[in-house]
Amino acid sequence: MPLTYLLFAVATLVTFGLCLGLGSVMVPISEWRTSQIIFGVRLPRVICAGLVGASLSISGAAMQGLLKNPLADGTTLGVSAGASVGAVAAIALGITIPGLPFAGTTIFASLFAFLSLAVILALSYRLDRGLSTDTIILIGVIFSMFAASITSVLITYAGEKAKNIVHWTLGSLASQSYANMWLLLVTGAVFGGILLLHAKELNAFAVGEENARNVGVSVWRVKLTVLIAVSIQIGVCVSVSGSIGFVGLVVPHMVRMITGPNHKRLMPGAIFGGAIFLMLCDLAARTLFSPRELPIGVVTSLVGAVLFIRIFFAKRTVK
Amino acid sequence: MLKAENIKVEYFGRAIADSVSFEAAPGERIMIVGPNGAGKSTVVRAITGAVPYSGKITLGEQDLRKMKAVQTARKIGVLTQNNFVGYAFSVEEVVRLGRYAYRDTNSLAVDEALARVGLSDIRGQSVLTLSGGELQRTFLAQVFAQNPEILILDEPTNHLDITYQKRIFELLDEWLEIPGKTLIAVVHDLSLAKIYGTRVLLMNNGKIVADGKPEEALSPENLTAVYGMDVGEYMKTLLGVW
Repeated sequence: MPLTYLLFAVATLVTFGLCLGLGSVMVPISEWRTSQIIFGVRLPRVICAGLVGASLSISGAAMQGLLKNPLADGTTLGVSAGASVGAVAAIALGITIPGLPFAGTTIFASLFAFLSLAVILALSYRLDRGLSTDTIILIGVIFSMFAASITSVLITYAGEKAKNIVHWTLGSLASQSYANMWLLLVTGAVFGGILLLHAKELNAFAVGEENARNVGVSVWRVKLTVLIAVSIQIGVCVSVSGSIGFVGLVVPHMVRMITGPNHKRLMPGAIFGGAIFLMLCDLAARTLFSPRELPIGVVTSLVGAVLFIRIFFAKRTVK
Repeated sequence: MLKAENIKVEYFGRAIADSVSFEAAPGERIMIVGPNGAGKSTVVRAITGAVPYSGKITLGEQDLRKMKAVQTARKIGVLTQNNFVGYAFSVEEVVRLGRYAYRDTNSLAVDEALARVGLSDIRGQSVLTLSGGELQRTFLAQVFAQNPEILILDEPTNHLDITYQKRIFELLDEWLEIPGKTLIAVVHDLSLAKIYGTRVLLMNNGKIVADGKPEEALSPENLTAVYGMDVGEYMKTLLGVW
């Protein structure tokens, strides 16, 4: 297994180098050290793409284990949609914090991700005191639809900002800063670390929630911890890059085919896999129709949907 | 010693189990039987903490509600009827989860548990490829690796054919030879209760209506009162077919 991680690390580094070197403007390697394009534009963008991909992917892997549902991710839980409402509201109302670009959006997105989680859990609890995973997913899907309609209302009344908001909701990694990189790095290290520390518990949940309780997992505590860690990561990612679908859904499936379902191996693999996937999608978004740039969410959805169907067909054939 | 006092479980204001009290001493094999909706599974789900309840359940001197999940798991193991696994974990990975409460990587306990249920040879195989009987033996091995004092079974052989049913109960029989082990099993099959139980709790409408040795609790009068039919006559008819 260490060889697998070594290969993952090498693949990540190669992808990173490739994404740094390729773009609408080709910069010779000898000039990279002094290039504003490389250090001022591409480096923070590629790092942010990798970090967002890694965060969304590990969050998806954790959700799929926790809810014992291969279709679960931040979108299914309703947290992405909730975070989008917060971010869109911040953009539409022009909420900013002086000296901290995007901080208003980040705070609003994270806050709404939290609030969404609180509402989803409160409603689930009212329906089902045991907070069963099926109830959480059901409420999450309904909440997503509700949040999407609020986002639409905000866009309708956003006036001139509507175009920017629509562009943002499709996902974008353009104009990334080193401040965003640090934000993603710190939240990823803290909350991704929390998820990694719960690998054993997530294995038990992936076998079954009742089984997890029976072997001694404190199901309530673990569920809340994982859901909060996932929500914060998704909230921060949404605030930085907009709504990017399919990463948390598809990448864990692909990685699981290499590492197996054990979260001790799956989640570290998902970190590498998510980073590679989103860096490559971002590369495609900014180079395929250069100088025009495709929204990253469109690319991940196109690639993700095709991959997802292939994975399911492959599994069916194996069976 | 497990002691349940005045257990009551309600769903939306309706009592599914009510005034349920019993004690389970080491070495006992208690079979909980009764018709559908009698509250059998609800009682054991209350013991495992899967449903909220009023009343008190103690293990030794400790209140189960006040015990941490890992403490409870070291004392009580549970084998249920629905053990569908959605991901391709290996047999060994599922069995190893039985050691979660001990925070250790005691491979010996896992090896012994796998050997006990006869799955050592396929320990690396994905659980998705197992038959229903093999999967249930995998979870039985998990419980054995957990090494609890009290084993709770909630209709563990419901979907299994009689060969696997027999095998599961033989494995349980062997395990129960270890001193100090207690079995509390919810079963539908009255014959199983009679053969394997040292004591039977007969339930109806959420309450225990008979508690005693199998032949006493499963007397023709009790069974007729609970099932609304002559159970003995029906069983004879079934056996007569063979």
